Amino acid sequence: MRALRFLLRKEFLQIFRDPALVRMLFMIPVVQLLVLSNAATFEVKRARMYVVDQDASTMSRSVVDRLAASGRFARAASSGSVPLGDEALMRREVELIVVIPAGFERAIVREHRAEVQLQLNAEDGAAAAVTQAYAREILVRYATDLSAQLTPALSLAGARVERPPMRGHPAVQVRTRGWYNAELDYRHYMVPGILVQLLTIVGTLLTAMNIVREKEAGTLDQLNVTPVTKSVFIAAKLIPLWVISMVVLSIGLVVAKVAFGVPMRGSLFLVFGGAALYLVAALGIGLWVSAVTETQQQAMFVNFSFLMVYLLMSGLFTPISAMPEWAQWVARFNPMMHYISLMRAVMLKGAGFVDVARQLAVLASAGVVVLTIAVRQYHKRSA
Amino acid sequence: MTLAIEVKDLTRRFGDFTAVDAISVDVQVGEVFGFLGANGAGKTTAIKVLIGLLAPTSGSARVAGFDVVTQSEEVRKRIGYMSQRFSLYDDLTPRENITLYGGIYGLSDLDIRARGTAMLSELGLMQVADKLVSTLPLGWKQKLSFSVAMLHRPAVVFLDEPTGGVDPVTRRQFWEMIYAAAARGTTVFVTTHYMDEAEYCDRLSIMVDGRIAAIGTPAALKAEFGVSSIDEVFVRLARPTTAGAG
Repeated sequence: MRALRFLLRKEFLQIFRDPALVRMLFMIPVVQLLVLSNAATFEVKRARMYVVDQDASTMSRSVVDRLAASGRFARAASSGSVPLGDEALMRREVELIVVIPAGFERAIVREHRAEVQLQLNAEDGAAAAVTQAYAREILVRYATDLSAQLTPALSLAGARVERPPMRGHPAVQVRTRGWYNAELDYRHYMVPGILVQLLTIVGTLLTAMNIVREKEAGTLDQLNVTPVTKSVFIAAKLIPLWVISMVVLSIGLVVAKVAFGVPMRGSLFLVFGGAALYLVAALGIGLWVSAVTETQQQAMFVNFSFLMVYLLMSGLFTPISAMPEWAQWVARFNPMMHYISLMRAVMLKGAGFVDVARQLAVLASAGVVVLTIAVRQYHKRSA
Repeated sequence: MTLAIEVKDLTRRFGDFTAVDAISVDVQVGEVFGFLGANGAGKTTAIKVLIGLLAPTSGSARVAGFDVVTQSEEVRKRIGYMSQRFSLYDDLTPRENITLYGGIYGLSDLDIRARGTAMLSELGLMQVADKLVSTLPLGWKQKLSFSVAMLHRPAVVFLDEPTGGVDPVTRRQFWEMIYAAAARGTTVFVTTHYMDEAEYCDRLSIMVDGRIAAIGTPAALKAEFGVSSIDEVFVRLARPTTAGAG
């Protein structure tokens, strides 16, 4: 244990003696958080719509006005002809066609139900899904308002989505808007995830380079002829970057709050407790990579491959539930996925300890497994 | 008398290449043993097996009374090592390097400070004790490596070409330190390419192509080959060899 104290001092001295490294550690995650959080959004700012109003009634006009008034849709063109609209959609002049069939107003008054048809270009499935969700929401609200005026209750059949004009997905999945993000601010949802990813990228990169750099410099041989134990050695490599990552996380959370207004509805202690466990697993993987590779180049390459899986299977950019069965299985082993879900649950929903106990347990076991592998695969004597 | 180093039929192969070929060497406690050989003869590989950085392919070796394979941690507590290539931290100061290794070897804070200061002044490194090692000339770095290897007063110290690229005055100082260490009872296992240095050793061996071609005191070896210097013995034995691990 005494050896650990001296090794830790050495690691901290080396890190803080490298000004470029310190800048990288503290500035890159913060700057990227600011930039990427603004860029990474599923929000569709303004979809151009082609209006085919075959009813030309007060109510049909008010439906279109409602859509336009939301700011999410802009009326780009209109005519009475669906084929003309199809052509505009095909030429990508509009993102969707809104068809209000003749007899719309009459149907509402007489039958208390009517249909509005939406045709979306679903080449970009995610954007189409979001556009559809917006439209549905606006229409449902309109129906609610109408039913308040007209008694008895009225239901406005939701949007029906047609095949895209080009070949594409036969169906569009509806993304339901969450309760816990009532302001519809995607950044609240994205910022915590991006923060975790940035922490992980910087942290694993530095741990992955760390041991292998000493191998290249020859300094590792000198350490390996001493009686220092493997676990003390790995601990000395892990702890400094773990501490620094926790500090970067704190800075990131302040940025998330100040710059993006991301709420902290749950306990900050849970967010940090989860991070403490998660970082052991994430940085441990970097150390393992560093222990089994021989050059910094190899370490960089292996680590990069790991990161790609990490990032893409974390559920940040694509929902896990949308992945095929086997990919969901792989994702279940991704500690990042569990930590991001914990963080979102705690920050956005105010989830408590019991709600995230499962994630905490997964993260803790991932940490134990990864560290055990890293210590076992690190050899003082080469075969 | 117990042996400090006991090597029996030690072999180390890398694939098809046999770097160390069934060597057997005994080194007495307190001896200064010269381990000579041309580049690629297998000296560094043999040392790496003895200090526990490389596993042997076959054969056995005991250092300071412990088996290097089965009791490597016991061996590590009792040895010092100075590698051919500078292997302390360039981004730390001499004092920080000494403190680090002192701490790793379990020295008390008091010991670290006292021994560190004694060593630094003995080596004439006091004025650079708090400068980064990267700013020091090679000879000074070598002296620092040597003192770090000796810091915990090991039973056996392995010096792999300690005087490579060092000026004659510093080389002299090195040998004075080596003798001083031996006088305190530390066994010194040293490799060198300088044949005048070889004459300073109590006994020496000459390695050729992974085998030990000759072993004995400098005087006995010169008599055996009927020549007047170790240099001539070496040239007779160590004909140009094919390249390989050094």
